[in-house]
Amino acid sequence: MYHKTLSYRVFSVFNNVFLTLISVLCLLPLFHLLMVSLSSTAPANAGLVTFWPIGFTLEAYAKTFDNANFLSSLWVSVERTVLGTAMALVVNTIAAYALSKETHVFRARNIYLWYFVITMLFSGGLIPGYILILKLGLMDSLMALILPGLVAVFNIILLLNFFRTVPKDLEEAAFIDGAGHFRTFYSVYLPVSMPVLATVSLFIMVGHWNAYFDGIIYIKDASKLPLATFMQTIIVQADMSKLDPAAVANLSQRTIRASQIFISALPILLVYPFLQRYFVTGIVVGAVKE
Amino acid sequence: MEANTIQQVNPGKTPRLSGKKKVKQPWMLHFMVLPAAVMVFIFSYIPMGGILMAFQDYKPKPGLLGSPWVGLKHFEYMWQNDYFLQITWNTLFFAGTKIIMNLIIPFFFALLLNEVRKMALKRTIQTLVYLPHFLSWVTLSGILIDMLAQTGLINQFISSVFGIKPIFFLGDGSWFRFTIIFSDVWKEFGFNMIIFLAALSGISPSLYEAAEVDGAGRWKQTIYITIPALIPIAIVVATLALGNVLNANFDQVFNLYSPLIYQQGDIIDTFVYREGLLSGQFSFATAVNLFKSAISLILIVISYRLAYRFAGYRIF
Repeated sequence: MYHKTLSYRVFSVFNNVFLTLISVLCLLPLFHLLMVSLSSTAPANAGLVTFWPIGFTLEAYAKTFDNANFLSSLWVSVERTVLGTAMALVVNTIAAYALSKETHVFRARNIYLWYFVITMLFSGGLIPGYILILKLGLMDSLMALILPGLVAVFNIILLLNFFRTVPKDLEEAAFIDGAGHFRTFYSVYLPVSMPVLATVSLFIMVGHWNAYFDGIIYIKDASKLPLATFMQTIIVQADMSKLDPAAVANLSQRTIRASQIFISALPILLVYPFLQRYFVTGIVVGAVKE
Repeated sequence: MEANTIQQVNPGKTPRLSGKKKVKQPWMLHFMVLPAAVMVFIFSYIPMGGILMAFQDYKPKPGLLGSPWVGLKHFEYMWQNDYFLQITWNTLFFAGTKIIMNLIIPFFFALLLNEVRKMALKRTIQTLVYLPHFLSWVTLSGILIDMLAQTGLINQFISSVFGIKPIFFLGDGSWFRFTIIFSDVWKEFGFNMIIFLAALSGISPSLYEAAEVDGAGRWKQTIYITIPALIPIAIVVATLALGNVLNANFDQVFNLYSPLIYQQGDIIDTFVYREGLLSGQFSFATAVNLFKSAISLILIVISYRLAYRFAGYRIF
């Protein structure tokens, strides 16, 4: 038995320590940021805070939630994430159900599949997409943030590959009981597809919450900016021109910047552990071919 | 046949299946694909038509139908432009290095993680290393800008340990390149490991048992069983990555770069954004983008063919 030998035991200890260090390294930057956000302004600006708050205070969070721009952006992000995920789940899962049928059941299946896959391989690119939104009159609207990415072909493929692993007997039983396709999809396929649904929901939600670029190009009205775009303009571009001057004074503080970054990352940190146990199975099973 | 069986089992009931292989509600399946098909038509296929503006001097007012045609003018300008060669090289450099690093590091990390026998520790490590994948580049560049600043955590650490002057990680071209590669690997190595872990869990334990009987230690088992089992999937990942050699990650570069280091840090995608949407050179930007998309398309098709040929890989 190899794991009883001395050399393997020594290796094992070093290996465990090494991997633990690496994984702590994945969390450390975020942890440091949290500590900065919980410290007083003076020690934070002087760069004294490392991995423990100095002069603990929640002042930065109080100021952040006092900022009207931040709050309106937070709301826009919640709206787009909830509405966008719900719409995308409906549209993508029903399409994936139909496309998961064999060619002799759904003869146009392969034509549709290629119709979708082509858009994965080639796109018009940034400028034509921008001009389309302009011509559709969707500028400054929530739908400009939701509709362009509503159909994610990668997600459809994950879903349909999973649906194909659902035993045909279940479906036939439902048909014999007189269920139509919608009923079969809803009562048979969805309940047994939780891992892949959780995976796809996680991808869509995270995608919406993190999306910032569509906000930069499609939203000009500061009160309609999603949070990620708000953060991008304030922290990364350091461009305050979209905001009212009263709000700007607070934003230059390091602790407030840190608290904003942390709040914007928080929903993902909260959702992630619950969905994590699903997504590995979801990805692996969804990627399995017959 | 089936209908007969049902009749025999339940003689009192009329069977609902009238024919043998009757396809149920085929129109319903079309109806279910319809919403997705319509959205894709509007938001993917219509913009593809907009590519024509690469051959025009496009102005929004007359639009695609009224703008003058100029042939390959924008492509010729692109070729004669030294800066275009520079950003193409930058793009290839970033994407190529990332592809190689994001293959090798997850490969070995998965091998090491496979040796962790305590399940709780293994789970915790997995949870932590997948996490950065889900944070956005906006969040991460916010953190990086703070940590890599002259008075930031990293420079403080460096100056206290090595006693050297602060490093301009984001303001010096060479350091910028290093930061881009390193932070990308840091963010993605855990997530890229999933596919290798899946392959590892698929190795039959009987192989290891047989090796054990033959007196092979863990090192020999790794060399002769584990690594050969991972090679096919590594080849598929490497082949499919070929389609990404012009994708240097817009989100990352866009959120970390600055005019100071355009020479070493600017990539095709960020250039297209600045030329197109900030300077309003719609046609030129579309031409540059078309060049990139066309090459990527060719590479993707080749890579999928290769992956199918050598590993039987199919996406659906």
